[in-house]
Amino acid sequence: MSTDLLEKTKGRVSSSHVVGKALEHDSAQKHVSGKATYVDDIIEPHGTLHVAPGYEADAVCGRITKVDLSAVRGAPGVVAVLDASDIPGVNDCSPVAGDDPVLATDRIVFHGQLIFLVVAETRLQARKAARLAHIEVEEETPLVSVADALKAEQTVLPDYEFRRGSPEQTIAQSELTLKSRLEMGGQEHFYLEGQVAFAFPGEDGDMLVQSSTQHPTEVQHTVAKVLGLDDGAVTVEVRRMGGAFGGKEAQANQWAALAALAAHATGRPCKCRLDRDDDMILTGKRHDFMVDLAAGYDGSGKIEAVQIDLHSRCGCSADLSLGINDRAMFHSDNSYYYPQVLIRSKRLKTNTVSNTAFRGFGGPQGMLSCERLMDGIAIQLGLDPLDVRKANFYREDANTTPYGQSVDEYDVLAKLVDQLERSSDYRARRKAVEAFNADNTVLKKGIALTPVKFGIAFTLTHLNQAGALLHLYRDGSVHLNHGGTEMGQGLYQKVAQIAATEMGVSLSKVKITATNTSKVANTSPTAASSGADLNGMATAIACREIVGRLKTFAAGHFEVSEEDITLRDDQMLIGGEPKLSIKALAHLAYEHRIQMSSSGFYKTPEIVWDRAQVKGHPFLYYAYGASCSEVVIDTLTGEMKVERVDVLHDVGTSLNPALDMGQIEGGFVQGMGWLTTEELWFDKAGHLKTHAPSTYKIPTASDVPEIFNVALYESEGNPAPTIYRSKAVGEPPLMLPISVFCAINDAISSLNKGVLPKLDAPATPEAILKAVKAIKAGEGA
Amino acid sequence: MRTTLRFLRKGIVVELDQFEPTTTLLDYLRLQERSTGTKEGCNEGDCGACTVALGRLRDGKLVYEPVNSCILMLGQIDGCELVTVEDLEGPDGLHPVQQALVDLHGSQCGFCTPGFVMSLFTLYHARTPGLTRQDVNTWLAGNLCRCTGYRPIVDAALDACRAGLNDAFAARAAETEGKLAALHDSQDMRVGDEERFFFAPCSFQSLLETYGKHPDATLLSGATDVGLWVTKDLRDLPKIIFLGRVAGLSTCYEDEQGIRIGAGASYTVSEEFLKSIDPDLDVVISRIGSKQVRASGTVGGNIANGSPIGDMPPMLIALGAEIELQSIRGRRNLALESFFIDYGKQDIGEGEVLTSISVPRLAEDEQFRAYKISKRFDQDISAVMAAFCLSVKEGVVESARIAYGGMAGIPKRASGAEAALVGAELHDPGSWERALRAIENDFSPLSDMRASASYRCDVACGLLEKALVEIAAKSSQHTRVHGQRELDAGGAHVN
Repeated sequence: MSTDLLEKTKGRVSSSHVVGKALEHDSAQKHVSGKATYVDDIIEPHGTLHVAPGYEADAVCGRITKVDLSAVRGAPGVVAVLDASDIPGVNDCSPVAGDDPVLATDRIVFHGQLIFLVVAETRLQARKAARLAHIEVEEETPLVSVADALKAEQTVLPDYEFRRGSPEQTIAQSELTLKSRLEMGGQEHFYLEGQVAFAFPGEDGDMLVQSSTQHPTEVQHTVAKVLGLDDGAVTVEVRRMGGAFGGKEAQANQWAALAALAAHATGRPCKCRLDRDDDMILTGKRHDFMVDLAAGYDGSGKIEAVQIDLHSRCGCSADLSLGINDRAMFHSDNSYYYPQVLIRSKRLKTNTVSNTAFRGFGGPQGMLSCERLMDGIAIQLGLDPLDVRKANFYREDANTTPYGQSVDEYDVLAKLVDQLERSSDYRARRKAVEAFNADNTVLKKGIALTPVKFGIAFTLTHLNQAGALLHLYRDGSVHLNHGGTEMGQGLYQKVAQIAATEMGVSLSKVKITATNTSKVANTSPTAASSGADLNGMATAIACREIVGRLKTFAAGHFEVSEEDITLRDDQMLIGGEPKLSIKALAHLAYEHRIQMSSSGFYKTPEIVWDRAQVKGHPFLYYAYGASCSEVVIDTLTGEMKVERVDVLHDVGTSLNPALDMGQIEGGFVQGMGWLTTEELWFDKAGHLKTHAPSTYKIPTASDVPEIFNVALYESEGNPAPTIYRSKAVGEPPLMLPISVFCAINDAISSLNKGVLPKLDAPATPEAILKAVKAIKAGEGA
Repeated sequence: MRTTLRFLRKGIVVELDQFEPTTTLLDYLRLQERSTGTKEGCNEGDCGACTVALGRLRDGKLVYEPVNSCILMLGQIDGCELVTVEDLEGPDGLHPVQQALVDLHGSQCGFCTPGFVMSLFTLYHARTPGLTRQDVNTWLAGNLCRCTGYRPIVDAALDACRAGLNDAFAARAAETEGKLAALHDSQDMRVGDEERFFFAPCSFQSLLETYGKHPDATLLSGATDVGLWVTKDLRDLPKIIFLGRVAGLSTCYEDEQGIRIGAGASYTVSEEFLKSIDPDLDVVISRIGSKQVRASGTVGGNIANGSPIGDMPPMLIALGAEIELQSIRGRRNLALESFFIDYGKQDIGEGEVLTSISVPRLAEDEQFRAYKISKRFDQDISAVMAAFCLSVKEGVVESARIAYGGMAGIPKRASGAEAALVGAELHDPGSWERALRAIENDFSPLSDMRASASYRCDVACGLLEKALVEIAAKSSQHTRVHGQRELDAGGAHVN
């Protein structure tokens, strides 16, 4: 695999360079030996204190009428108990809207909302003390579900829509129409390392925070805001996270604010690490959606007009819901052309924890919605759903999205799906599935092949910028720093491969260092799949700056032309002949007073988006993929097993095929969990009852299909000017397992042909059995 | 009486004379030893990030088993060798399981990785013949990874564990066995005082005496449930009596009547005996908790804690199991089903200890089926657990014992369905109808996060139908999405 890809990158990078190689994760050896340091592993200075969050155990929503913390203060080991009145700055940890108090004051709006914090000598003492509070809340009837909020007409943000033509009229006049409602659950991130921050007070009130965050700059800003400091007084560092998936983009803020507040109040280092149950109760999740779909189509299954109404549960505040719901809208077309279309979005406010970013950022919910449409049309017409999908693909004369951007790589989509159709043997297996179903009454099989098209760029345009800082030392070693964070995806390694390639040094000469707001300022979150695109390019720019200075110097010093000089394999070559080592060159350049540090700055070109006018080109490019899944269900119990999955995914020219494969497979399984076993269950009063892995079930090894064929699409390279023509890979694969959901749907539909199964996500055994019972009774979605 | 905890660590005997009775092994490692390679992921024994290996002597041979250190009380490791992720790398480099994970890209964020490494270390030492993907999946069910999608980890496991045994632990196994044997002193151990203690008696006599004297003490077996009282409920349990060292309490054997399981025997040990009764027992037990949970948790604990959703009781009730209880006042036996009185209420007196479970073998004309229904196949708590023991003669059901978990406040028999099934003919599904309908009247289950009441009723009914279809067809080939009992049975007794 890696050799093939290296061949392809020829001309762009030399085969002796490390970009494109399937190298291990930079920390792999440390991971397996327990030496990789996470925030909770940092050696605690003498006197370190521990913070536990305090909240009322049962109350969900209402006015706080009494807060008696005397028992908390009197508990063993307690050093301080702080509430909102102890906040010297602004009581807010929201990413944008100013609507997330760090500590509640007069009322709470969701179960678990913090009211105080305990600082104690040990973590156990802090946790025990936090449960001794006596708090009274005048309880109000909470809005818990999407339906509750719709009825009460409560939203966190204004409605928004994309429109082309008059789809309402066209649908009303169509001979063939489909109407369907789909509910899809949210998803808990379940990063294995829970939320954690460790604050070290310095002189002048300065604060250093070690935080497990995807967005160090925002943690810096939040801590400064809460403590009433300038951003410059706060430094945030993150070496690595034990997983994040979007859950540490906006929602790492609060824990850092608590740790810093405690450190500010006590003058001692303070650590705040949430227990798992607290983490799951107190932090937001993927938005759950209720979607109403309507379409008019012709006898070949080609869509004439579509109307999609997206209703999402945002929780109690705005958080990142604007971008998330916009992205759901941007992906409600997936890969299909809608001649006329209306996509509307309602961002509903509920008395539940504020939902937040999660890998895919609304995209998965939009995409699942339109795949339900495709299945529905195919079932109604008795066609193979793959044929209906293909009939609606973006194509040369129909390549404008509902938001006006054109899909230029429509041919990649078609080719990729054709290849997968062949390599997965889809047609023959479709026949085999039908034969199996004819012979079986208890078990039924289903198969589906679905595409993914995912837009790359932050839709908030100004976030599409990145910085890097590089030093070349006199011994020829390179110190690399950039604004991206490492959460397991291998970003540090990919960027180090870029730096080594650009600088012409071996990878071992590139020292990867922790992301730190004092080295690279004003960073964007590592999110939107953009980590390598942005930080890789910023790093390449910094490297080219240093290399340029070295070349200018060497050309003068050795009296040759700059064009004749190359840096490669730890050597400086003149006219292709090694002249001296980069180590010697660096030393020489130093002696000649050449600056060997540089920052690099990159902003994504070409993208523009006028949200108010629904006009522009919000994405630099699209990433493509497709998957084919086959499942078997048990019609007596609703149990399900994924038997085989084939994936083909487009990463452009891969920066590191091993890391890319890891993102694809891992994203697939995570998305499969969202659509199958992972169920967030709130009781009617608004308490999340699935707040631990004992009740919230992410996939285990046995859920992974026995046959799991994953391949990288043989790309000509990204036509957009990305770093080495690679494509982003973080989020797109999460949507590949929509084929699993559609295959389950297919299996159920075999029980009563022509009826669209009433299957909601996640397709738990209960949801499947419910749909089985309904379809047997002739009820469709 | 010994007043120190002793265990083997990096070849050296560690003795501790002071610790809180509920100090967890994980807190000992991270906070006292400062071995931070072992991670806390969930603090309830579900994610496996805290997995460490315990080496114990079993029939004189060194066996390594994975355990969740977050819910294991420190005192439980008395007499064991404790191995953590930091111990595996040697002067020649990484351990084979570590190297395979690196080579095959088995880590991404790396936080779960130490736990996987330790589970794989125990798998490496288990030397499973003909190791399959499914074997690995089952072994790793208690290790959650959110990044990789598991495929590379399972590949690494197959690569490393199919190769020959070649590590420092194997090389010094005899030496370790000697050291562990020397730690077995047949002395009661108590760390603490009369008010707060971790007590690990060696004999029934001192167990019953001490429990008689301290009836307020908490009996601790595997700690896979009690551990959560400590880590999640933050309960103060000042007096702990640990059952794991009581001679004879963990003994299992079989005789003419059937199988006798010592109440202190772990699932891992019990399973070897119970699976000879019927392959479905093996299938279900391999899905109880995880490898880590089964290495610590006990069948006795699963009964004694009185949970309405324990997986063992329905199966044992359907099989007609009896239990034995002992106290300083004496011993008594009772049918397992009568042990469960009501939710949270069991027939157990002050100072009384569950000591063994006797499970009869199936009679010639008896057919057994057991099914566990949960959201996730592995390592999940049942929404519904069902077990059927039907006596069938010439295609006609003569009698039935049917028990469900998750359908009531206690594991409970479906008496209406049992009665309605008598006389049903296997070849005539119409004759099953009365029994299928009776289930609804036998139970009024709850709705909760695991399942709604209506799903529980539907599935309880569906499972009875499934059992009848399978028994009638003498096959599960077309009735199970996971596995087939005929294939899983191996050499075991198949109906």
